[in-house]
Amino acid sequence: MKQIMATQTFQQFYEVLQQRFPLGELTVQRDNLAFITVEALQLYPLLRYLRDHEGFTHLVLLTAVDWLEDGQFQLTYLLHNRPVCKDVGIRVMLPREQPSMESIHDLWAGAATYQRELHEMFGIDFPGSPRLDEDFILEGWQDKPPYRRDFDTLEYARDTYRDRPGRETRDPANHMKQQLYGKD
Amino acid sequence: MYKPDPALRTPQTSPLAPEEPKPVMRAPPGPEVTDTPVSLFKPDRSLYPPQKPDGKLDIDLSSGKYLKLWQGPQHPGVTGNMAIELTVCGDEVVDAKTHVGYLHRGFEKLMERRTFMQCFPIVCRICVPEPDFNEYCYAAAVEDLAGLEVPEMARWIRTLILEMGRINSYMMYLGGQAGAFGMGVIGQWTTYVRDLMLDRFEELTGARIYHMFIIPGGVRDSLPDGFVQRMEETLQEFESTLADVERVMFHNAVFKKRSVGLGVIEPGWINHYGITGPNARAAGAPNDVRKDHPYLAYPELDFDIITGRDSDIYTRADVRRRDALLSIDLIRQILAKMPKSGQVMSNLPNVLHWKIPRGETWVRGECSRGEYGYYLVTDGSGYPRRVNVRGPSYTHSIALFERMVINANISDVAGLLVSLHTYPPEIER
Repeated sequence: MKQIMATQTFQQFYEVLQQRFPLGELTVQRDNLAFITVEALQLYPLLRYLRDHEGFTHLVLLTAVDWLEDGQFQLTYLLHNRPVCKDVGIRVMLPREQPSMESIHDLWAGAATYQRELHEMFGIDFPGSPRLDEDFILEGWQDKPPYRRDFDTLEYARDTYRDRPGRETRDPANHMKQQLYGKD
Repeated sequence: MYKPDPALRTPQTSPLAPEEPKPVMRAPPGPEVTDTPVSLFKPDRSLYPPQKPDGKLDIDLSSGKYLKLWQGPQHPGVTGNMAIELTVCGDEVVDAKTHVGYLHRGFEKLMERRTFMQCFPIVCRICVPEPDFNEYCYAAAVEDLAGLEVPEMARWIRTLILEMGRINSYMMYLGGQAGAFGMGVIGQWTTYVRDLMLDRFEELTGARIYHMFIIPGGVRDSLPDGFVQRMEETLQEFESTLADVERVMFHNAVFKKRSVGLGVIEPGWINHYGITGPNARAAGAPNDVRKDHPYLAYPELDFDIITGRDSDIYTRADVRRRDALLSIDLIRQILAKMPKSGQVMSNLPNVLHWKIPRGETWVRGECSRGEYGYYLVTDGSGYPRRVNVRGPSYTHSIALFERMVINANISDVAGLLVSLHTYPPEIER
């Protein structure tokens, strides 16, 4: 299978993979990078298949994107195939209400750290992932998970800290506009 | 289990390195040395806690046999602001947890409120000793999504800057590694030559640490007059210092006694723990993004991937020293092969009103610690939807370190952590 991937385009690879797994949209970004959307239930078997049979042995990163207006979180699992030097990103869309995803810490030991971070920063649950409830970066955080789009850092800073008296702030875009073009 | 062979302990010298006396490791007296590793002394470990399948030890904290010991966050033997919570039995570590968050500034979140151009003062602060990779990877990701082309001259200057930053980062590592084993003088020498390279950075970019020189579309300026000559003088100083470092550090009996055979990364761990860069190359895995995914001007440069074999602290230090010599050679090649003049910036849209259509991409490079990359998602607005930084320290200093520190002596913990070459800001971003 590894040899097939070396000569295949992502479109051909996608068609072969589609015979085994129901797949969603394919986005080919470059000739060595593509993204594929899958259902949450398909993720674990797909990742294990890609790791064991297609040579995607290196988990590059696992991260989340908050699509607040769609009410969804996007999880991106980026895998790398070393012999053929290609990357594939597996996208999973989760509902924003009580998001929960299967843990992959037994496929890659390093994934447990990513899942701890996502649990703390986005509030996504990964049942069974080791030390998930331990603080990762924030200590004793009570507010909503800070990397969600509806957490406003500016508002949080205004509520939590006080400005030094006499401090001036400028909106950079307006300030540059005034510097470059003068008053409207 | 992988055991390094003491008879094979001769560092492989790069063809670029000048001919120097090679360190000689004498075989231990006693039984004749054969191809299979000989264990001379097997301690009785029946009273020590047994190992679980994941490599951690099965310990009962309520037994009263163990002590919690914090190394860090204020500790000279910790790389930057991080803390290690050690559980020790006697002077041996039986469990460890890495704690980060002392430097968290929420870079990724801050960038979501800034225009693509305003992110530049933020990205370089994600890794202090080697900030240029953040600028390059972020700029390349923006170019990929916005469909910008980079002029030929800018590609070469970017490559030059990345190699200059790589040497600086290795200089900090060599000083730190020697310092972790009690040799302060190496750090003074390497800091001196690093300062000379910072002078070259200042000439080229106007800044010493945070350059903000690589921006989408190219770089800010071309090389100043006389730069090539002054760079050559700096490189000669580097070579002479690295030769001194090799003689004083790598042939030093104390350094060898403490680093040889300690902190072995087994080749089977590389994919499971996501190990990249010199840590993987010292274990014999020839993974180097500069060769595997050639970017910028690397396809036109002539070099071989530097690997080691024994995967212990000594080998990792040696791989990094030879990699620094390789960078010196690459800088010479770049300055000889790059065009003498040309455009350094392509035409950018008005950066105040710059909107990038919806898309996502991933750009990687080989930094001094391993695979460094940016995952960028745009949504058609003037701001990034999500920026995610993949730093090699993320996997090295948490999952891997917690695994490999088991059964180490507490006096070796600092050396072990430094040998993974971790920079905490890229863990917590």
